[in-house]
Amino acid sequence: MSNTITEKSVYIGTTDEFLERVGRTVVIEGQSLAIFKTAEQIYALEDRSPHPKGGPLNEGIVSGHYVYDPLYDWKIDMRDGCVQAPDEGQVRTFPVLVEENKIYVTMR
Amino acid sequence: MTQKQKLVVVGNGMAGMNTIEQLLKLTDQYSITVIGAEPHPNYNRIMLSYVLEGSKTIDDIVINDRAWYESAGIHLITGKRGTKINTEQKTVQMDDGSEVDYDRLIIATGSNPFILPIPGSDLEGVIGFRDIEDCETMIEAAAKYKKAAVIGGGLLGLEAAKGLVQLGMDVTVVHLPDYLMERQLDVTAAKMLEKELESQGIKFALGKQTTALKGDTRVTGLTFTDGTELEAELVVMSVGIRPNTELASNSGIEVNRGIVVDDYMQTSVPDVFAVGECTEHRGTCYGLVAPLFEQGAVLAKTLAGVETKPYEGSICSTKLKISGVDVFSTGTFMEEKQHTTITMHDGWKGTYKKIVMQDNVIVGAVLFGDIDDSSRLERFVKKGELMTEELYAELTGTGGCCGGGAKVNVAAELTDDDIVCGCNGVTKKMIVDAVTIDGLTTLDQVKMKTGASRSCGGCKPLVEQVMQLVLGNGFDAEVKEGICGCTTMSRDEVVEAIKQQNLHTVAEVTKALGWSQPEGCSKCRPALNYYLGMLWPTTYQDEPASRFVNERMNANIQKDGTYTVVPRMYGGMTTPQDLKKIADVSIKYNLPLVKMTGGQRIGMMGVKKEDLPKVWEELNMPSGYAYAKSLRTVKTCVGSAYCRFGTQDSLHIGELIERKFERVDFPAKVKFAVNGCPRNCAESCTKDIGIVGNDGGWEIYVGGNGGIKARLADLLCKVKTDEELIEISAAVLQFYRETAKYLERTSDWVERVGLDLIQRNTVADVEQRKQLAKRMDIALSRTEDPWQKVLKDPKLKETLFEKVVVTKS
Repeated sequence: MSNTITEKSVYIGTTDEFLERVGRTVVIEGQSLAIFKTAEQIYALEDRSPHPKGGPLNEGIVSGHYVYDPLYDWKIDMRDGCVQAPDEGQVRTFPVLVEENKIYVTMR
Repeated sequence: MTQKQKLVVVGNGMAGMNTIEQLLKLTDQYSITVIGAEPHPNYNRIMLSYVLEGSKTIDDIVINDRAWYESAGIHLITGKRGTKINTEQKTVQMDDGSEVDYDRLIIATGSNPFILPIPGSDLEGVIGFRDIEDCETMIEAAAKYKKAAVIGGGLLGLEAAKGLVQLGMDVTVVHLPDYLMERQLDVTAAKMLEKELESQGIKFALGKQTTALKGDTRVTGLTFTDGTELEAELVVMSVGIRPNTELASNSGIEVNRGIVVDDYMQTSVPDVFAVGECTEHRGTCYGLVAPLFEQGAVLAKTLAGVETKPYEGSICSTKLKISGVDVFSTGTFMEEKQHTTITMHDGWKGTYKKIVMQDNVIVGAVLFGDIDDSSRLERFVKKGELMTEELYAELTGTGGCCGGGAKVNVAAELTDDDIVCGCNGVTKKMIVDAVTIDGLTTLDQVKMKTGASRSCGGCKPLVEQVMQLVLGNGFDAEVKEGICGCTTMSRDEVVEAIKQQNLHTVAEVTKALGWSQPEGCSKCRPALNYYLGMLWPTTYQDEPASRFVNERMNANIQKDGTYTVVPRMYGGMTTPQDLKKIADVSIKYNLPLVKMTGGQRIGMMGVKKEDLPKVWEELNMPSGYAYAKSLRTVKTCVGSAYCRFGTQDSLHIGELIERKFERVDFPAKVKFAVNGCPRNCAESCTKDIGIVGNDGGWEIYVGGNGGIKARLADLLCKVKTDEELIEISAAVLQFYRETAKYLERTSDWVERVGLDLIQRNTVADVEQRKQLAKRMDIALSRTEDPWQKVLKDPKLKETLFEKVVVTKS
C-alpha cells in the first residue's frame, strides 16, 4: 500500500483507544467507518453491511482478516472488503496508516 | 430388430404412471402409449390440498412433465378418453373415434367423486374435490363468495375445508355420522381432531343428512333431514369415491364394485390389466395412495416377466395433511370384543394413542398429537408383530432402564420392496440405491433423486433411518458434523478435549485442536467462549470479542443498528417508581417505541448505541438480559396472593427463581413460568422450565417451547416443598449447561438426551442432584450486572460505546 500521510489522511486516535477484535465507529465528515484492530493490523471499512438490508458492520465478530456481519453473518475480507462465497458483494475499504501509535485513515 | 410390444395405459394418473416408472426400471421391451383425459401431465393428486391452500402451484405437483414422457419414449395423448376396448381386435377406441392398438393394456382410470343423488346436485357451485379443475373452481369461488359447505368429514373433505378456510371462506363441514373420519379414527381421536380443527377456523354440522341443495342457477344453501338449513354459495361433495369402471364394463370385462383383478392385477380378459382405484381386489376397492404403489410394483414385475410375489391386499394407514394436526391410523383400530387395547389419552398435551391387539398380535393403531411411532406401528401391523414386555415399554414410554433417547431403527426391519414414502411410492431399495449407487449422503439429495419425503414429509424420519442404516457413521457424521466449518469435531469431542488437555482460552482451543481458521468463526467462537466459561467457572476470563454483538453490548441490536433496552422486572412485577423512570428516560432519549415484550416486561426500542450507558445509568435498574443466552423471564400468574383459584404463591416463587438464576450463561436462552394452580395462566407448557402449583406442592415441566418449533413440556417430577423445587430446577439447569450443545434450546436437548436421563440425574439420584445444584451455585457466584460493570469502567464505556467523530480542520 502506498501509505504515506497526505492531505487526505485523517487522524482518528491512538491504538489504545481501540479494543482488539472489537469494532468501533469513526465518523469522518459524516461518513461512518468501522475500524477493526487485530494483533497484526488495523482495518477501516465503510460501516455498512453489503447485505441488501444494510445495517452496521462494526459490531461483527472478527477472525484474522475477516469480519462476520453482525446481523446476517456474511463473511467479509477486511483487506479488500470482498464478501466471501456463497454470498456476494463488496464493502468500501480505506487505507490505514499507523505511526507511533497514531492511526490515520486516508479518505478517497 | 425385433418389434417392441405395444403397451397402452388408459389413465394418466398416479397408479398408471407409477406402474410405468417401475416397469421402465425393469425392461425396455415395450413401446408405450398413455391416454389421459385431463389436459395436464401426470401430477401428484395427494398434493391437491396444497394447491388449494396456495402453498404449491400446479407446476410444483407435476410428477412427470411432458419432457419426461418424451425422454422415456412414451407417446402421451391428453384430452382424450378411452371409451371402449375391443378385446378381440386388441384396440382401444377413444371419444374422438380414433383407435390405438395394443398387445397389452393397463386400465388405470382411477375413480370419480361420488355426487349425492339429491335435488340440486347439478347446480352451479356444486363440485367434488378430485382434480386440478376442482381446485381451480374452488380458488375462483373463494375470490367471489363467502360461505362454503363441505359435505363429508373424511380425509379429503377436511383437507378441502382447511384449504377453503385458508382462502378466506367461512366453511362448515357437514357430516352424517356424529364424529369425523369415522373410517380412519375412533371417537376419542375424532373428537380431539374436531376441537383442533375448530380452533383452526372450521365449523362443523355433525349428524346432519343433506336432503337437498337450494338455488336457482347457483347453489345458495343446504337443507337437512331435521328441517334445518345452512347457507352456502359453494358446496364441495366429498362423500367418497366410486371406481371408474365405465370403460371396462363397456368392454365386457368383469366388474363388480371395481374392475375385478387377481393377485397379479390381471382382469377377466387376457392381456388386460388394471391398477389403482378403479380396481377391486379380493373384494376391496382402495381409495388411498399406498396400495396403488404396491399394486403397481406387482403389475410392473408381471409385465416385465420378472418373478413376483402375488399382491395380497394392503393394510391402510392414514395421515391427515393439515398443518398442526397430527393424526394417524393403521389397520384395525375399532376394537371389538376379540380385541385387547392399550389406550393413552393425555388431555393436557392433546395426545392420544391406541394400540389394538388380537391374541397379542398388533393389528391396528390410532395416534393423535404425537405420531412419532407411526412408521413403527405401521410395520408392526403389517408384520403381525407380537406385543412383548419390551415393546410395551417402548411404545408406552413407561419403562426400561435405557429407553427414552434411543429409538429402535425401524429401517432395519423393512424389506427392499417395502414402501417408505407412501406419497411417492419410494421403496427402501430405491433409497438404498440412491445412497450406495449414486453416492448421495444428505436427505436433500435423496429427496431430489427419489422423491422420498417430498410430498407430505411424514416419512422423513424413516427416510433418515434408512440412510443411517446404509451410511452408518457416514450419515452420523453428516448429522453430527463439526460444530462449525473450522473443525470436524462434535460438541462432545470439543468439550472433552478442553477438559482433558486443560485448555483455558479460545485461542488455546483452536490451536490445540487444529482449527482450519486459526481464530475460528462467528459460529465456533461464541460456542467455545460458552464451553470454557461453563467448564472453568471460577477462572475463565470471558472474551467479549467472542460474543455476539447483543451479548457484547448488553442490548438487542435492531435492523437499523439501534438497540433495545429491557430492564429486569422480577416475576413480571414492577413499581410505579420504576415505570416513571422508564417513561422519563424514554422521553428524554426520544425513543420511537416503548413496547410490552412477550415475557411480561417493557422493551425500550430505538436507543442509539452511544446512549446505551446513559440510559442504563438513568434507569438504574438491573439488566433484563433480553439479549442473552441466559435466563430471560419468569412468567407468573398472580397465584394465591390475589387469585381466588390460586393454591400456591407463584409471584413469590417466580421472583425468587428469577433472582436466583439470573445472569449466568446458558447454551441458549431460558424461560420459566410459575403458575399458582393447574389453570396454567402463565403457560408453563411452552417454557424451558414450567412450574405448576397444586394443593400438595409443585409439578415441574421441562423442555417446552413456543418458538420456531413448538413443543409441549414434559412432566419431570412433582415435589412437595419450595426447597426441592429450587434444588431440582438448579440441577436441571446445570445439567443442561453441562450437556447441551451451544444454541440448543431445552426442547431439542430433552429430545436428544431423553427425559429419562434428565430424571435420573436431577430427580432420582439425590446425590447427583445436590452436586449439580452446587456447581450451579458456583457459576452463579461469579456473575455481575453487566450494565453496572460498564458504568464502573470508563475506558470500556468509551471504547465500546462511543463513536470517534472527526471533523477536518
